[in-house]
Amino acid sequence: MKTLTLKIDGKEIEAEEDMTILEAAEKLGIQIPTLCHHKKLEPYGACRICSVEIETRGKSRIVAACCYPVKNDLNVTTRSPKIDKIRKTILELAAVTAGEDAMGEMRKLASEYNADLSHLRSKTPIEPTKCILCGLCVRRCIEATWDSVIGFIGRGTKRQITLYPEKASICTICDYCHDVCPTGKITSTGPDPPFPQIDDILAGRE
Amino acid sequence: MTVNKINSAKDLVDFRRIIIEKKDPLEPIIAVNVSTCSVALGALKVLETLKKELEKSGIKEKIRIKEVGCAGLCEQGPMVIIYPDEVYYFRIKPEDVPEIISKTIKRKQIIERLLYQDPATGKRVSHLDEIPSYKHQLKLLTKNNGKIDPKKIEDYISVNGYTALSKALFEMQPEQIIEQIKTSNLRGRGGGGFPTGIKWETTRNAKDDPKYVIVNCDEGDPGAFMDRSLLEDNPHSILEGLIIGAYAIGAYEGYIYVREEYPIAAENVFIAITQAKDYGLLGKKIMGSNFNFDVKVQRGAGAFVSGESSALMTAIEGKIGEPRPKYVHTAVKGLWGKPTCLNNVKTWATIPLIIIKGGDWLKSIGTEGSSGTAIFSLVGKIKNTGLVEVPMGITLRNLIYKIGGGVKDDKKFKAVQTGGPSGGFIPEKYLDLQVDFDELDRVGSMMGSGGLVVIDEDNCMVDSARYFVDFLLEESCGKCIPCREGLRVLSKTLGNICEGKGEHDDIGTVEDIALTMENASLCALGTTATNPVLTSLKYFREEWDQHIKDKRCIAKACKSLTDYYIDPKECQACLICLRECPTKAIEGEKDQVHWINQEKCEKCGICYEVCKFDAVKKLSGEPIPSKPANGMKPIRKGVKQ
Repeated sequence: MKTLTLKIDGKEIEAEEDMTILEAAEKLGIQIPTLCHHKKLEPYGACRICSVEIETRGKSRIVAACCYPVKNDLNVTTRSPKIDKIRKTILELAAVTAGEDAMGEMRKLASEYNADLSHLRSKTPIEPTKCILCGLCVRRCIEATWDSVIGFIGRGTKRQITLYPEKASICTICDYCHDVCPTGKITSTGPDPPFPQIDDILAGRE
Repeated sequence: MTVNKINSAKDLVDFRRIIIEKKDPLEPIIAVNVSTCSVALGALKVLETLKKELEKSGIKEKIRIKEVGCAGLCEQGPMVIIYPDEVYYFRIKPEDVPEIISKTIKRKQIIERLLYQDPATGKRVSHLDEIPSYKHQLKLLTKNNGKIDPKKIEDYISVNGYTALSKALFEMQPEQIIEQIKTSNLRGRGGGGFPTGIKWETTRNAKDDPKYVIVNCDEGDPGAFMDRSLLEDNPHSILEGLIIGAYAIGAYEGYIYVREEYPIAAENVFIAITQAKDYGLLGKKIMGSNFNFDVKVQRGAGAFVSGESSALMTAIEGKIGEPRPKYVHTAVKGLWGKPTCLNNVKTWATIPLIIIKGGDWLKSIGTEGSSGTAIFSLVGKIKNTGLVEVPMGITLRNLIYKIGGGVKDDKKFKAVQTGGPSGGFIPEKYLDLQVDFDELDRVGSMMGSGGLVVIDEDNCMVDSARYFVDFLLEESCGKCIPCREGLRVLSKTLGNICEGKGEHDDIGTVEDIALTMENASLCALGTTATNPVLTSLKYFREEWDQHIKDKRCIAKACKSLTDYYIDPKECQACLICLRECPTKAIEGEKDQVHWINQEKCEKCGICYEVCKFDAVKKLSGEPIPSKPANGMKPIRKGVKQ
């Protein structure tokens, strides 16, 4: 494996070529916030809270640290007024569905980035679902059961997570989705899985 | 028909000679445009009537009917061309057919009223190149559209088709081909503008196999139809480009991704593939060389976001068409995780031209940063709608006024949107801007896939931004938070502003969300979605302030901010609006000026449309004048002409 040298927040670091910025930063002890990321799962890049600024060949842009592979001479900035503003807005946007009383990592990050979780929610009042559609439960499920019991349905703002009816009976064998949920939406799978049935969604009952 | 396979470069030349020799230049042919635009206007009925009438008049054997594609004047369909004199007739109805046969076919008389009429001068012309809007165009890719039968490979071969493939296979090394593409400066026509040669080279050099090539025909922009037109009307030109690309890149398998809404395009390209295979131009040992390549047609399922390259590849893999992070380019890790070269229909169609004429030739057309031509679909408030092909670098003014004929009904120009729903609005002060990838980007818009929507004084710029935000909200896949929730909040906020419920901090909110979306969204749908909003704010800020502070829409397009009012000095008491009003909101009677009861009015605008005296006025942000005295008599005037 090739070793590459890059800079994160001014500190030089050597990283292996298959690492992401997020992993390299962790090696340096620099914390980059995440909501949809899990060490044991493939990077997904949906929540965008891990946005960092990179500079290569004089050009700078914002990328998702969880997906971006390290490169030689990369100059990464993990905190700046611009990044903080973007993260604050992402949290306020996530709260539109999660609700202003979201718990877990969301709450922690909201206070760190001074996000007012009711700010954008008040402009778009919808019934909170507690879910930010990070997809951790879906991806964890695929790995745990080798054949997902839950999946996404719907596009855009109609996107939600559903239980596949033919596989509903095997949901309850693990509690993995509960373990990875960053908002506290999934309390415990128990005898009644906390996901709506596909038939209910299609019939508009959910 | 038994088909002799083309097994060498010479076979192709011989075959072409036979086709051309068989052609009688004086053969009477009636060509009917049967592409989507003409079919929508009734071309199939015209075709059917034509067949029946020829049979009836007993000259069926003497006249050949040919089905062709669209020549770009989409709104003027159905188009019929009479050969050998090449007379173009437009807006043909089935009832015109007997006259065409009796006059033009039998007696060589031209029927004046069926000729193209220039909307500006009223002059009628019988040949395509006499049409004023054609004069400023440069037709490279669309040259043969409307002339050849897209379902016949012989037609394509007769206009030098597959010569470029022959040259590429027998006279060029893959590296030389890529070198020519790089020299040509060709940039991706899907809208991104990435240098095509570099993309090809990256895929070729990627150390993984197999490699794939893909044609992206998931054209989803409202009002854009150039990819459809090319694939429908000249499918072999794209197929030829794709085969050359596959040879240069080292791919043995390709996909043509056609959106579900394009059945004729999918059918024509499928026929093209079958014919190319029959002739040995596709499949094993192409033209007798050692190169094998196969291609499949993949139908989309109606998702706008699948036009994004990684989402398109996910869809071909059989999963939900959602974008993936592309920090490792799809050219290196694309379809099934393998190196994949995906290009737009127009990019592929340009390849044969570069091979024949050389990279320097294309580079000499257009601007320094963007070579070649651009195809635009002119829509919105413009006189000549349809497809046009122009050299890069043409000014917006020439495009809109010289080719497009100017703003419809001679209204005042307000803005032009380029690049589809995520393109920005360009104000009048930039009309002399030279259209190319970099210049459009500089003013906050983009080339996109080439849609061009003209907006006039009757359109509200806040409402226009809201319209595109709503479109993108419907089409966002919903995977990443900035795009999904950002569009949701933008839609609601812009909707509120248009309804007169805007608050003083709304613009700040819009700017914050836009900053987040354009920097942090997962794919280009999200990062570019804010262009209409940001350009509307940048160039038309006063309209936003008027909506929020004065509750006034200067274009009088926002319903909630507009009131209808009958000017008693203009009203002729004709009773028409009174009868047509669906809510019975109009009071008055014969010989007494009418009056709108605002409490009952639902602002449908029917009174405004039906009034022959321009007495119904729209008001916004100003008080409605008080009711005239009961029984007021109209001040008599003539009907406006």
